Amino acid sequence: MVPRDQTIERRTMAVLVDNEPGVLARVIGLFSGRGYNIESLTVSEVDPVQGLSRITVITSGTPQILEQIKAQLDRLVPVHRVSDLTREGPCVERELVLVKVSGRGNKRVESLRIADIFRARVVDSSQQHFVFEVTGSSEKLDVFIDMMRPLGLVDVSRTGVVAIARGPKGF
Amino acid sequence: MASPQMNGSEIVLKALRDQGVDVIFGYPGGAVLPIYDALHEQNALRHILVRHEQAAVHSAEGYARSTGKVGVVLVTSGPGATNAVTGLTDALMDSVPVVCLTGQVPTHLIGNDAFQEADTTGITRPCTKHNYLVKDVDDLARVIHEAFYVARSGRPGPVVIDLPKDVQQAKSDSYIGPEDVKHQSYRPQVKAESQAISAAVQMIAKAKRPLFYTGGGVINAGDKASVLLSRFARALGAPVTSTLMGLGSMPASDPLFLGMLGMHGTYEANLAMYNCDVMINVGARFDDRVTGRLDEFSPRSQKIHIDIDPSSINKNVVVDLPIIGDVAHVLDDLLKAWKRSGNKLNQKALKAWWAQIEEWRGRDCLKFANSKSIIKPQHAIQRLYELTKDRDAYITTEVGQHQMWAAQFYKFEKPRHWMTSGGLGTMGYGLPAAAGVQVAHPEALVIDIAGEASILMNIQELSTVAQYDLPVKVFIINNQWMGMVRQWQELLHGSRYSQSYTASLPDFVKLAEAFGAVGLRASKPGELDDKIMEMIESPRPVVFDCMVDQTENCFPMIPSGAAHYEMLLGPEDKASKPISEEGMVLV
Ligand SMILES: Cc1cc2nc3c(=O)[nH]c(=O)nc-3n(C[C@H](O)[C@H](O)[C@H](O)COP(=O)(O)OP(=O)(O)OC[C@H]3O[C@@H](n4cnc5c(N)ncnc54)[C@H](O)[C@@H]3O)c2cc1C
Ligand SMILES: Cc1ncc(C[n+]2csc(CCOP(=O)(O)OP(=O)(O)O)c2C)c(N)n1
Repeated sequence: MVPRDQTIERRTMAVLVDNEPGVLARVIGLFSGRGYNIESLTVSEVDPVQGLSRITVITSGTPQILEQIKAQLDRLVPVHRVSDLTREGPCVERELVLVKVSGRGNKRVESLRIADIFRARVVDSSQQHFVFEVTGSSEKLDVFIDMMRPLGLVDVSRTGVVAIARGPKGF
Repeated sequence: MASPQMNGSEIVLKALRDQGVDVIFGYPGGAVLPIYDALHEQNALRHILVRHEQAAVHSAEGYARSTGKVGVVLVTSGPGATNAVTGLTDALMDSVPVVCLTGQVPTHLIGNDAFQEADTTGITRPCTKHNYLVKDVDDLARVIHEAFYVARSGRPGPVVIDLPKDVQQAKSDSYIGPEDVKHQSYRPQVKAESQAISAAVQMIAKAKRPLFYTGGGVINAGDKASVLLSRFARALGAPVTSTLMGLGSMPASDPLFLGMLGMHGTYEANLAMYNCDVMINVGARFDDRVTGRLDEFSPRSQKIHIDIDPSSINKNVVVDLPIIGDVAHVLDDLLKAWKRSGNKLNQKALKAWWAQIEEWRGRDCLKFANSKSIIKPQHAIQRLYELTKDRDAYITTEVGQHQMWAAQFYKFEKPRHWMTSGGLGTMGYGLPAAAGVQVAHPEALVIDIAGEASILMNIQELSTVAQYDLPVKVFIINNQWMGMVRQWQELLHGSRYSQSYTASLPDFVKLAEAFGAVGLRASKPGELDDKIMEMIESPRPVVFDCMVDQTENCFPMIPSGAAHYEMLLGPEDKASKPISEEGMVLV
């Protein structure tokens, strides 16, 4: 018997699906029903002409589980393609966060200074608050959110990760 | 060119006919009345009225498995659909092609907790291969044709089409036939990569102790696949073992056949599995009932795995050479490539391997202590086999010990003659499945080998069988216990027989008569043959109450969590070590 590799790896997968009712429930049900992890999942239509949506999912597991996840996704009837972006070559991963910070005085100034360092944009503001928009890797967003915490952070909304393979080739 | 106007219900029936459907198993209700109305107006489609929607699906499964065609079910919304769920799950687990039409409340009421509303697509999403909710009558024909394509292609499975009542009544002139429907994305791979084929030839050529491990995939791939399997096995001179689901693909009388493997498989099959050096898995899925303890499963073999579903590969057991494709295509290519290569197995090694196998065979692991005063369940099935073997009988089963004894003692020579619930293990499967088989093969001898507990789970189907004069034979191995449960309690729970004895069983003879069937009973070995003959020769449905030894256990048995070589061969065999904690939690 071939020994099993028990190391846990993290993978970003892209799944191209027919944009039909229930397709997201199918994918999510697959993960919960078979006990796989979802660390992040995003979905949106990417080809309105052909009616295709793209799901980006970050998951983790042993190599054998990850192979299963890919195969199980692939056998869902409305799934066109599954690509393990992490394995199939370098890829770009990005996430967007909206962070609301409320407060006055020094803390308010400090939050603006940090936002500048992170190249955050101010998308809404008043005397009492800012809403910052930051894009980047999830780790960068984590750091940004942590730094805003003592400065009056009141609300966070993140998109989850979207990813695309590097290089000239399409999906 | 616009086709003439039809309403949704007429489209349903036309699409079914265009798919070659001749029979539907169903049960009416408010949300499907328009379709029943359309059924009333025609004769091309036969409707079999079952007595419970679960049974409709099992009947469709029996029909499908015994013909290779898609089984069709029609049920109403709400309770009709939820009753069908067990059948759908059964069909999913055993890869049986079924299309199930469910009624739904009208589209404008969906989500309002309307009368008999259930979220059918939500409930059946995890227990179907795919499902659809049709909201626009113009999509209806396409969806039905797609559903048949999905149900029968690749790894077969059940597909649900949820049909709101208003859609059944809406008019459309956009009917399209099957030839005009092509699925957007679903294209399972049927032909294997040629590199995989040549790699397999090379791996097999080096084998000293080869073994075929065949499964339900061979049956699914059509009768040709079974022929190719025997041809290839004979070309190699290699032994063949089968899962419960694959029985019949290799003729049981063939000297190459070692019988079923797994938890209740034969000694020779399991030891061959443990000791082989090249395993050729043909359409089997390394189920836990087959592998036993995984780290001791066939530890020294190189494994080739032929399967149409890539998710079956490396799921439970990591293999050396996956071959994705349909069994019939792959075996055809493999056999040709093998002949072309001019390879021959090492005959000296093969001879030694067979000598070893014959020694294991010599243990005669299925022997049991017969009795002159009491009917042993194994003996009953042996006699049933001897007296029906020349009649091309179709056998279905319920779930439990009788099912395992049927698998061990009934010898199948052809595919599609054995229908059993393997993956889900659904008590109550056998009688409705037998009814479905009988509908497909009106002249054939169809026997449900049953347990007295299981048969009560869908006993109402005797009424269906009576209505359509389906001469199904129900052969009850009556031990008055949920025998399989009792056996586990004896071996694993210190003989504490919690709730496994059925008090106040019905009188099955009278019960049969009440339903309009023939009732027979045998309690002594001496009367068995005559009564069995009486059953076979009756042109009517028969319930045969065969009173057997109450405490017989099913052997061989690999206790859960144990390895193949830790098999218990009979009551005198004590487990070599107590069953591990890990083993105790397994089912
Ligand atoms: C009480 C009880 C006891 C049991 N004991 C045993 C036992 O001792 N031994 C035993 O074997 N089973 C036993 N079973 C049955 C067991 O649970 C499984 O159902 C069975 O082992 C699975 O059989 P299989 O591997 O042939 O797979 P199936 O469920 O038949 O699956 C078929 C496989 O073939 C693939 N396939 C389908 N169509 C094709 C095609 N056209 N081409 C290529 N591949 C295809 C599928 O993708 C799948 O991987 C028992 C069941 C019960 C209820
Ligand atoms: C629907 C369902 N419920 C429960 C079980 C668990 N179960 C497996 S075998 C069995 C006992 C079956 O008894 P019987 O039909 O008399 O057959 P026997 O084992 O005695 O041959 C039970 C309860 C099951 N398989 N299916």
